[in-house]
Amino acid sequence: MGSVTRIVLQRLALGLLTLFVVSIVIFTAVNLLPGDFAQAILGQGATEEAVNAIRRDLGLDQPPVQRYLEWLGDALQGDLGTSFAQANFANFVGSGTVSELASVTSQIAPRFANTMFLAGVTAAIAVPLSLTLGILAALYRNSVFDKLANITTLTSISSPEFFLAYILILFLAVLNPWLPSLSNIYAGMGFGERLEKTLLPALTLTLVVTAHMMRMTRAAIINLLASPYIEMARLKGLSPMRVIVRHALPNALAPIINVIALNLAYLITGVVVVEVVFVYPGIGQLFVDSVKIRDIPMVQACCLIFAAAYILLNLLADILSIVSNPRLRHPK
Amino acid sequence: MTRISRRGLLRSGAAAGVLAATGFPLMAQAKRGGKLRMAINGANTSDSWDGRTHSDAFMINCAQGAVFDCLTEVSATGELVGELAESWEATPDAKTWTFNLRQGVTFHNGKAFGADDVIESLNMHVAEGAKSAAQPIVANIAEMKKLGDHQVQMVLKDGNADFPFLLSDYHILMYPAGQIEEAIAKGIGTGLYMNVNLDPGVRFVGKRVDSHYKDGRAGWFDELEIIAVNDTSARMSALLTGQVDVVNRIDFKTEPLLKANPKTMIFEVTGNQHYTLPMLSDVAPFDNLDVRLALKHAVDRQELVNKVLQGHGAVGNDHPIGPANQYYAKDLPQIELDLDKAKYHLKQAGMDSLNVDLHVSDAAFNGAVDTAQLFQATAKGAGININVVQEPADGYWSNVWLKQPWCASYYSGRATEDWMFSTAYEAGVPWNESHWDDPRFQELLYAGRKELDSDKRRAIYHEMQEILSTRGSTVIPMYANYVDAASTALAHGENIGNNFQLDGSRLAERWWFS
Repeated sequence: MGSVTRIVLQRLALGLLTLFVVSIVIFTAVNLLPGDFAQAILGQGATEEAVNAIRRDLGLDQPPVQRYLEWLGDALQGDLGTSFAQANFANFVGSGTVSELASVTSQIAPRFANTMFLAGVTAAIAVPLSLTLGILAALYRNSVFDKLANITTLTSISSPEFFLAYILILFLAVLNPWLPSLSNIYAGMGFGERLEKTLLPALTLTLVVTAHMMRMTRAAIINLLASPYIEMARLKGLSPMRVIVRHALPNALAPIINVIALNLAYLITGVVVVEVVFVYPGIGQLFVDSVKIRDIPMVQACCLIFAAAYILLNLLADILSIVSNPRLRHPK
Repeated sequence: MTRISRRGLLRSGAAAGVLAATGFPLMAQAKRGGKLRMAINGANTSDSWDGRTHSDAFMINCAQGAVFDCLTEVSATGELVGELAESWEATPDAKTWTFNLRQGVTFHNGKAFGADDVIESLNMHVAEGAKSAAQPIVANIAEMKKLGDHQVQMVLKDGNADFPFLLSDYHILMYPAGQIEEAIAKGIGTGLYMNVNLDPGVRFVGKRVDSHYKDGRAGWFDELEIIAVNDTSARMSALLTGQVDVVNRIDFKTEPLLKANPKTMIFEVTGNQHYTLPMLSDVAPFDNLDVRLALKHAVDRQELVNKVLQGHGAVGNDHPIGPANQYYAKDLPQIELDLDKAKYHLKQAGMDSLNVDLHVSDAAFNGAVDTAQLFQATAKGAGININVVQEPADGYWSNVWLKQPWCASYYSGRATEDWMFSTAYEAGVPWNESHWDDPRFQELLYAGRKELDSDKRRAIYHEMQEILSTRGSTVIPMYANYVDAASTALAHGENIGNNFQLDGSRLAERWWFS
């Protein structure tokens, strides 16, 4: 297992390096956004003095490199900064203290938990569903079922998310009032109710991610079905189902795990549109709100979290596929 | 008609029949009970219970509309009534005002309401470094004296006959003295509903207080849930699926759907919200009255109302006073599209044709770009070439507005004529978007401010509206209606307030489940 540990550590270091590069990209990109927080918050009332006062107080008049280094230093210590949005600007302008502002971490934490809940519910539906569909499609390949499953999932993955969301709202909420179209979950809500409210966005996301996972499962299994050991299994007289589940699937796991991890990462980073459509109070909506009011620390923190989630899940996928593959576990 | 209430005007004027058309059961017996759920836009993660920062529908409905009270209130019929102040009187110069406060009122934390709360709550707006939109109102108070536990005297620097009206502003909420920071953090007011939970940018939950001075008059719901839904489609589907009872700002495109649904109703009022195209009156060519008049006559206002507002509005007459104002001059001759007149004025200015830039962005108001393009099309017929310059929405208010000689802007309107004029038309004020400086106008502005006699004030304000309409430097093509929608399970009084959307943002107080 020593080699596995080494590989894991190598990957981890690479991940950190990627994250560092991403942090530079984020910072640069956010600074390229036109307009700034002072102008956004003051709107029609943005006189030059007021804008300058806010910029000075928030340190926005410092050179970018200095601001980046300070931000990175704080982020490394777990301090993602203070949100501009909660600043009480009535008191704030001119007072010059930033201490009373709410921290980004305290604002993001509950939203991130909500997004994780949505991702969890989606994964709980999508992963078993696409594995089952994939296995069945492999089993009955080129049958009507296989083609139907392919067409359906490909159609859903090719449609924009908001379109799928509105279609689902139309059929499951407006025409047939089965599910709520507003997913306004909140702290202290019962699990059942929370689940009910989360179902529509989760179904939308399921439609988006299923095709990818299902088709990978199907392809990986079919790929193996030509192998001699599968033929051997068949010649032993095993049922087609047993051949696929017991013999083919374990060897097909690596690519499937990879694709599942990629899609899970997408469930965290790609939910922005779905959250806005369903008014789901997750990190995606917070992100959109923050961009709108140019809450720079919040935007940067959200981006960083998205990047970290992506890198981490990819890392996990790598590690799992190494662990699940003896050839990689024991390299020559 | 001897006395015209604002509501009377609304019903007889531009929006006649609107109320009757909603089909709500009028004047049914109000009754207690139920949980009102509203989906409202304009919510932000930056929201708080600090009235000084409120600027959009969500927090105005949560604070002024539910948890907090002001000293005075604009009723559904447009009259000024007392809220936490029971009565008031002024000296003849409108300089010294004495307010008698309601007795036996308590804050949600049990503290009794009194004179100290008023003084401290007002002082919040002029505190060192405070940035409040109501600052000019409070800054005009030279001195506040506590005459008794329930009596406050305010001496103004300049007499203002509208002063009690101004105190109904949604920024000027009453907080408990000595506990203002705590009250802002926890939402402690004297309103009909106490704060159970506010999750900024997500939702607000309120609970009816057990006993309240408005009992029997308002506050019919047991519980209140206001959900922040900034996305228009999501608001519409939430109402259609019955997840909420009320939504604000409907999407005009889905209007037929809402109308076709037997469970939903649209309610619409014309208020003071208006869109403006201000020209800097001291910059060529707009310093020439004939050029301004040519432009005023080269726009088809009705077309703008029909196309930009899809009929949900009324034509404007180049002055900022709307049907929700007391002294709205509705008999003023309406400026019409008249290309011959436009050509005539152009000739008077010594020009055969005119080339001007109009700087717009939809940040100014939704449909500003369309407005400019429609203007451009009609003006061409009079030899006026309008070059529509599309500006980025970001930084529009700081880079374009007040800087470019001709641009687009909007006002939600003000409760009083004086307030509106002194916000954007008084010489020298920062938001004077047309650099308007007219001696007669200025003279009338000062005279109207100090005048307590209603008839004289009407004459003054009518003349001011006429000046702006016939000479002014702002094209005000249209008033935009407040268009909201509700479930038919709800009922309301005979009138719907038109000073703000959602029944003057007091729907949670005034409506009930039938």
